[in-house]
Amino acid sequence: MIRFDALAMRNRRAVPLGDIPDGSIDDFSQTVVDSVAAGWRVAAMFGAPAGNEHTHLIAIVADDHAGRLGAVTTLVGARYPALTPHCPQVHAFEREIAEQCGVTPEGHPWLKPLRRHLPDHAPPGAASFVLDPNEYPFFRIDGEEVHEVAVGPVHAGIIEPGHFRFQAHGEEVLHLEIMLGYQHRGVERLLETAERTRAVLVAESIAGDTVIGHASAFCGAVEAVARSRKSPRAQTIRGITLELERLANHIGDLGALGGDIAFQPAAAYFGRMRGECLNMLMTVAGNRYGRGLVRPGGVNFDISAAMSAELRGRIERLRDELEPVATLMLGNGSVQARLEGVGVVTPEQCVELGFVGMVARASGVARDVRVDHPYGVYRFTHIPMATSSAGDVYARTLVRWHEVRRSLEFLLDQLTTIPRGEVRSPCEALRPSEIVVALEEGWRGEIAHVLLTDNDGMVRRHKVVDPSFHNWTALALAMPGNQISDFPLCNKSFNLSYAGHDL
Amino acid sequence: MFDIFRTRLRQGHRTSSFPQGGAELPERYRGLPALVRNGQASPPSAVPPITTGADGSPLLDVGACLFSPEEAGSSPAGTVSFSGDYRMATSTRTSLLTSTGEIELATALAGQSRRLFGRSLRLRSVVAGSCGGCEAELVALGNVVFDLSRFGVQFVASPRHADGLVITGTVNRNMGAALERTYEATLAPRLVIAVGACALAGGPFRGSHQAGDGVPDSIPVDLWVPGCPPHPLTLLDGILRLLGRLPTSANRRSAGQATAIADTEAG
Repeated sequence: MIRFDALAMRNRRAVPLGDIPDGSIDDFSQTVVDSVAAGWRVAAMFGAPAGNEHTHLIAIVADDHAGRLGAVTTLVGARYPALTPHCPQVHAFEREIAEQCGVTPEGHPWLKPLRRHLPDHAPPGAASFVLDPNEYPFFRIDGEEVHEVAVGPVHAGIIEPGHFRFQAHGEEVLHLEIMLGYQHRGVERLLETAERTRAVLVAESIAGDTVIGHASAFCGAVEAVARSRKSPRAQTIRGITLELERLANHIGDLGALGGDIAFQPAAAYFGRMRGECLNMLMTVAGNRYGRGLVRPGGVNFDISAAMSAELRGRIERLRDELEPVATLMLGNGSVQARLEGVGVVTPEQCVELGFVGMVARASGVARDVRVDHPYGVYRFTHIPMATSSAGDVYARTLVRWHEVRRSLEFLLDQLTTIPRGEVRSPCEALRPSEIVVALEEGWRGEIAHVLLTDNDGMVRRHKVVDPSFHNWTALALAMPGNQISDFPLCNKSFNLSYAGHDL
Repeated sequence: MFDIFRTRLRQGHRTSSFPQGGAELPERYRGLPALVRNGQASPPSAVPPITTGADGSPLLDVGACLFSPEEAGSSPAGTVSFSGDYRMATSTRTSLLTSTGEIELATALAGQSRRLFGRSLRLRSVVAGSCGGCEAELVALGNVVFDLSRFGVQFVASPRHADGLVITGTVNRNMGAALERTYEATLAPRLVIAVGACALAGGPFRGSHQAGDGVPDSIPVDLWVPGCPPHPLTLLDGILRLLGRLPTSANRRSAGQATAIADTEAG
């Protein structure tokens, strides 16, 4: 087994591409499988075209306990033996490799299109495609009393498009298959080909509710390879706006969960308070989602002492308004009865399939990039991880509420004294032939931006992994055994990003 | 139950008074852009979004604007700056192409359309290849602050229940067919509202093979709302203008006649 100590790869520490262990496909597979068996986690696995006929496979593994990363690579042709049968958490990555690179992972148990598009990262000499974007065979259960329910892509509410195919027996869901790809816009190719000013605008738009998260990860990757050093002030402002983004989404979700069980008071009050957080982001960045703020080298806007004091006041008022509403909702017996025991995800599923973020923490699997792979302001200020153990809708609701409280405390603390420094430092050219992994704890979970440069210092590959890419599978696993009418509630308790998955 | 009453009393009345006031936006808000031309011919550009008019002069395309700070400042075409004006919705796409920043804001429906939709409008949202941001602002319209329903406007669950569509997203490959079918399923007379830079011009994804350039010509649009994403007030202002629930703006050139709905002839 290949060890990663010599590589010294950490979150946002670029290393020469040539330092990555490069062996046979068997070495590659064994390394990944052994790492996972030893408690590591696959953060990313993807292909990059190499020459006319070949594809480099690259796997990034993370050791959350020690805060280190590992990487391994190999060269493959048109096909290779799939890792999924031995390492289930790469199942979606291998479907993505088949789709993007036109390479067949032989023996993959669920080889279907992922985003339903033709290869866009295939070597020029590759076959036209491995997976036909127009052919998606759904899993079906046969039986006289079994019926099939199809939902989407256009959904009943104001929500992104996706397709859900249920196999149900009466009210009980036997199986749920989720087909996505409707929001596919070609993000990775844009990030790889657009010049930096436009690329950061694309990064901000990967998932519209995770502007700060993805922009920060994108910039973190670029800054690492360009050796740009942000000031403590810039890092703190990024942390402040990331936590405001987390607050806005968590509070919105608490309201939406209330709405889904017809608990209107909570839905109404939390909905307004979400807006308060967005308005604070607008005060700082000029945009309710924080667009225009995070840029390579730092941030575009400063937070003056006066603005700091104003924001502190607003957050204190928000905290005072939130507590009674949360107590009202979470302490209500009929709310608990609706949310408990529904949509359970087990800790074993989280570990085996590599779920991240809130979903993992609500099942007792303590993973948080701010704690495990600290970066920026999180190296100096530790936010305690919020976990729950039941893994049901109620647990995911509770974890959100705990994170709201902790983010509020963090903000009040940080806004008291923002360290000195320029808001934006220079960020020049990318070093050639390097690889960096920038991890960020977005509000849903771990965001990964993996950047590879070529010999000329141009972007060779920019891989984006949204936390939803790992976690959509959790929803598919959580539904069987539940009533189909609990689907909206379950779905809302995960609140995964369609756009973040589809790219 | 008493807790519920107590909380209700404490929360109070938070609905904005808009359109009677209630439109204070912070200093850094980037609203309607203005262009001060420097009198030279210049090539089209993406950042800021400049195209070339029929007479060869540069035009700022507000519909393609991403409202990012990088779009402001000097460019070959002239100097672009953002105002604090949130009013940007128009009745035609070409109204958003401006040589100065002055645009013709949306005009009200007339005749039968006004009678049908003016006080009760049911809308269906179709998200066709977006980032999710515009949808979040559409959802915000339903919260207690903006409270869209007090104007008689609501989002419904099916195109069969709807008077019109609200389209967000670039209209990419994977959603083209679904959008078309949803449009066909919405029975005439119907309205179409296009929301956000993606639906108007492909947004940040313009140029990607997988993304579209916005709502296709096959779907006639009655209201264009720029933004990335548009602020809820921009959306609300646009919808109320379309329904004739706002006075036509005094400091813009007026279109004169109100717009008739495109599909009042047999659907």
